[in-house]
Amino acid sequence: MDSHAGAGAHAVHHDPNIGTTGLDNRKVGMWIFLGSDCMFFGSLMGTYLSYKGKSVGGPTPRDVFNIPLTSESAAVLLLSSLTMVLALAALEKNDHKWTGRWLFATALLGAHFVGNQVYEFYTFAVHDGLRLSTNLFGSTFFTLTGFHGAHVTGGVIWLMGLWWQLKRGRLNRGDYTKVEIAGLYWHFVDIVWIAIFTIIYLIP
Amino acid sequence: MATHAAFMPGVKTEAAPYGVWSWITTVDHKRIGILYGVTAFIFFLMGGIEALIMRTQLARPDNNLVSAQTFNELFTMHGTTMIFLAIMPLSSAFFNFMIPLQIGARDVAFPRLNALSYWIFLCGGLFINSSFLFAAAPDGGWFGYATLTTRQFSPGHSIDFWMLGLQILGIASMLAGFNFIVTIVNMRAPGMTLMRMPVFIWMSLVVQFLIVLAFPAITVALILLMFDRFFGTLFFAPAAGADPLLWQHLFWIFGHPEVYILILPAMGIVSEVLPTFARKPLFGAPVVIYSGIMIGFFGFGVWSHHMFSVGMGPVADAAFSIATMLIAVPTGVKILNWISTLWGGSIRFTSALLFSLGFIAMFTMGGLSGVMHASPPVDLQQTDTYFVVAHFHYVLFGGSIFGLFSGIYYWWPKITGRLLDERLGKLHFWLMLIGFNLTFFPQHYLGLIGMPRRIYTYAGDLGWNFWNMVSTVGAFIIALSILVFMVNVLKTRRSGQVAGPDPWDARTLEWAIPSPPPIYNFAALPTVHGRDELWLQKHGDGHGGAPTPRPATPTAQEIAAIHMPPPSYWPILLALALTFMLSGLLISTYQIIAGGLLVLFCMFKFALEYHRPAPEAH
Amino acid sequence: MTKPPRRLAISLLLLGVIALSAGCGAVGWEWDTKMSTVMPKSDFGRMTHDIFMLISWWTLGIFILVEGGLLYACWRFRDRPGAPIPKQIHGHTVLEVSWTIAFAAILVIFAVPTVRVIFKTQEAPAATDLKVDVVGHQWWWEFRYPGQNVVTANEAHLPVGQTVAFNLHGPDVIHSFWVPQLGGKRDVVPSRVNRITLTPEVPGEYIGQCAEYCGTSHANMRFRVIVHPKGEWEKWVAAQQGPPLEPKDELALKGKELFSQSACMGCHTISGMSAGILGPNLTHFGSRKTFGGASMMSTPENLAKWVENPDHMKPGVLMPNLGMRDDQSKALAAYLLSLK
Repeated sequence: MDSHAGAGAHAVHHDPNIGTTGLDNRKVGMWIFLGSDCMFFGSLMGTYLSYKGKSVGGPTPRDVFNIPLTSESAAVLLLSSLTMVLALAALEKNDHKWTGRWLFATALLGAHFVGNQVYEFYTFAVHDGLRLSTNLFGSTFFTLTGFHGAHVTGGVIWLMGLWWQLKRGRLNRGDYTKVEIAGLYWHFVDIVWIAIFTIIYLIP
Repeated sequence: MATHAAFMPGVKTEAAPYGVWSWITTVDHKRIGILYGVTAFIFFLMGGIEALIMRTQLARPDNNLVSAQTFNELFTMHGTTMIFLAIMPLSSAFFNFMIPLQIGARDVAFPRLNALSYWIFLCGGLFINSSFLFAAAPDGGWFGYATLTTRQFSPGHSIDFWMLGLQILGIASMLAGFNFIVTIVNMRAPGMTLMRMPVFIWMSLVVQFLIVLAFPAITVALILLMFDRFFGTLFFAPAAGADPLLWQHLFWIFGHPEVYILILPAMGIVSEVLPTFARKPLFGAPVVIYSGIMIGFFGFGVWSHHMFSVGMGPVADAAFSIATMLIAVPTGVKILNWISTLWGGSIRFTSALLFSLGFIAMFTMGGLSGVMHASPPVDLQQTDTYFVVAHFHYVLFGGSIFGLFSGIYYWWPKITGRLLDERLGKLHFWLMLIGFNLTFFPQHYLGLIGMPRRIYTYAGDLGWNFWNMVSTVGAFIIALSILVFMVNVLKTRRSGQVAGPDPWDARTLEWAIPSPPPIYNFAALPTVHGRDELWLQKHGDGHGGAPTPRPATPTAQEIAAIHMPPPSYWPILLALALTFMLSGLLISTYQIIAGGLLVLFCMFKFALEYHRPAPEAH
Repeated sequence: MTKPPRRLAISLLLLGVIALSAGCGAVGWEWDTKMSTVMPKSDFGRMTHDIFMLISWWTLGIFILVEGGLLYACWRFRDRPGAPIPKQIHGHTVLEVSWTIAFAAILVIFAVPTVRVIFKTQEAPAATDLKVDVVGHQWWWEFRYPGQNVVTANEAHLPVGQTVAFNLHGPDVIHSFWVPQLGGKRDVVPSRVNRITLTPEVPGEYIGQCAEYCGTSHANMRFRVIVHPKGEWEKWVAAQQGPPLEPKDELALKGKELFSQSACMGCHTISGMSAGILGPNLTHFGSRKTFGGASMMSTPENLAKWVENPDHMKPGVLMPNLGMRDDQSKALAAYLLSLK
């Protein structure tokens, strides 16, 4: 019995990342991290909502929002989730060429999102007189969307890092989980944007 | 120091590297556990000295040993130190050392991340205490209520040190939380179903979930405060329409789960120690486990019982009151489970067991005063008085600290290979029990006759004088008891009785391997047939079943085939870079940018350190 | 490794003595002290105290049962040499369910009066309530009586048997209004107006203290509440409504002159003379027994020392040191004391 168990245990631990449940440690870790990040964004969104409509003076959301622009941003981010899925599908088939292209596309779309956001922040601050210290709307808006944008930026850097590894021939189908967890993170960031977009831009 | 004690000649272990560099680059969970334990103990001493100074100041009315400002710094740092730098990392010491051993694993899921957590913790602890050197020790209380902590009412850097220090420490805790959850979920030995895990592992698992889900709330609170103080945001500016209570809500949404983070490890330890020394299994282990889970879950729903005096309105007051009383049920019945474990047993009164008994007795008292606080009308007379100071010291000292010392005496032989002296251990226990009760029991009375908290002095005609003096004497007796413990540690380093693998005739897997364990823990990963697997192997299940077969002795070949992760210097470098970046907030923007780039660099090196292109999977 | 039971018993007995002396009110456990929370003098206090006593008796009972059970188990089931491995009992469902239900039932006993009192003590104020505006400053208390046009500091006067609605607010940080003998506390939160309503039932002089850490001199932010017997409070109101008394003796006159020429006027109000609002209203300062956040007695010596160096007596105080010396500070002290 012991030798059988010993052999079984030995085989399972050949890949140090796969645990006795058959799950990959890094995937479980990423899910837990995303749960934690949910609470982080939840607290920020709670802050935004509790101060919604309570600003004393200064520009209001209706004064400054450019809904067409932010809707384009949302579409771009959603599209980038699709390209991420396609990147993973290509990696599964060990198609390095298309994995690289779709990874790059995802990062590019993410960068475009951040670019839109930088433009939006700039417009608010310079043309509309809305800054962090202007009123509660300014404080809560920039902080919530800014931290989301920072998460997207981090994701872009991560994806470009993976793309670079791929280009140098140091990434292949065996590294699927590494790219998969980046994908999980990316989808999370996308879903958070949907929530933020709704409570900030859509709900009056 | 402790390194050499762990590797005694004549006790068989793997060839273990010596020297400072081997400790700096270690990724071995056992060494990281020792690092946490030693560091936490030093911070515990610092927090204790802060307490002694406060108690000396309060021994007499209208005293002037320390100024008001110094006293306010002392109670702020005492609370912050004891919670974040003593109890939590002492618990971490046990999480690190024991979790892989008790689940039959070789290490945690992410060994370098584990080391990173320790170094970030050390940096955070040093950072916040460095404030003393800059005459800017935090003075806003450990809970830092707005608007007192805003730039307007706390100019200077005291609050900045506190805020940044806690952020750094929070990162360390969360990273460790991710690590342990994955470890416990994914690395249990074959046959160890969730319900066969030792209760200490269950409590640890709940604690890690509490950490990763509760810390984000204080992270956000601290970010809002930081933005108000540095970037002019208005999150806590009443004139701009803001509500200072936002801070309190966010803080206590973290703060209440935090108190369960502080007590559950000790409950887990006690749940291991009692069965061992009563020679009986934990009574109602599934119930103890489920109540641990329920406490973790419902612990997120009672936070405003810390806010009964802020004027939330009767509906909120009543709701949180009822929720708090509800949560007292799973907390309280555990005590009966522990007593029932002793009942019908064959109890050996070792130091480890005495501390667990002390835990039960003291935690019961703290729990009962806690039940009083659950009623808002009563709480309104007790909150912010010495009554609540008595309450939380009974649960955090009488509970957590006694529980942690129980763990120290229990697991010391496993960690170091030698037993602590029992006579000194018992002296430590009795001195600490008497000193503790002398210090804190009178504080119930002081609170009931109106002595508020956080006051550096008091008038002499209010009837508070005598019992303040008694409380101070008790504090020094506690200090004496800690000295006894330290003497014990020093004395037994070289001459303590050699322990062997299982000095207590215990029940769980960590006692099946040598003391101290070899670097790979288990030569062959065990197969588990029930809770208390080792007991089943030694004595059978006590219901007529034969003992389960002991695992076969591993061959030298099997041992040679074990690959352990190599040491790495990226954890400490990344921790230093992170601290460098965050402390730039107090120095210059260039430092933040440079630090940020350094962090990115270290993160990439860390991530790619062992990256080899994976073999083509089939 | 077995422990002689006798030593254990003796030491535990010691503990028992400590615990017993608590319950038995032995030497040193005086309950009728100036800031006691268990000798209520108002309706709020009495309702609170009743629940407190209810919970206290039950918790005492639970304490005796649980700790007693623990001690008994330790004594009865101690290891004896040669004892066999005890029966490996894993649990007892009926027992565990029973004690869970029992404990929950006891909590229901606490919950019912609790919820009742919560709602009773937070009822909306009636039109007949005496309104007192309480402003919590760092580190002193301002009391305003809008219905009587009276403004004072650090000492609030109330009529016995009259329901009072305290409206609490403040311009700086969070404080907490607490008079232990009259009932529980309520915070002063800068962004809102909180309210606490109570009816003092026994005349007397009660001590209050800020009960939320509010900075350097939090410990010095005390106040007094004087509850007058029937008919007496109106006299106090009348005196407070009157103009400040003219000083009679030379020293006080000198003090008045000094006051009118100094920066004092910028922060303090003396009716007819100055209108500063940063510091306490001094119009009837002399009618108060204490000052400096009610942390010092109003004596000529204390007042002179205060005027010369406020920060020395109350660390962090916002009142600046105006450089007054010997005869100046004595004169100001005499003037202030004359403002009865």
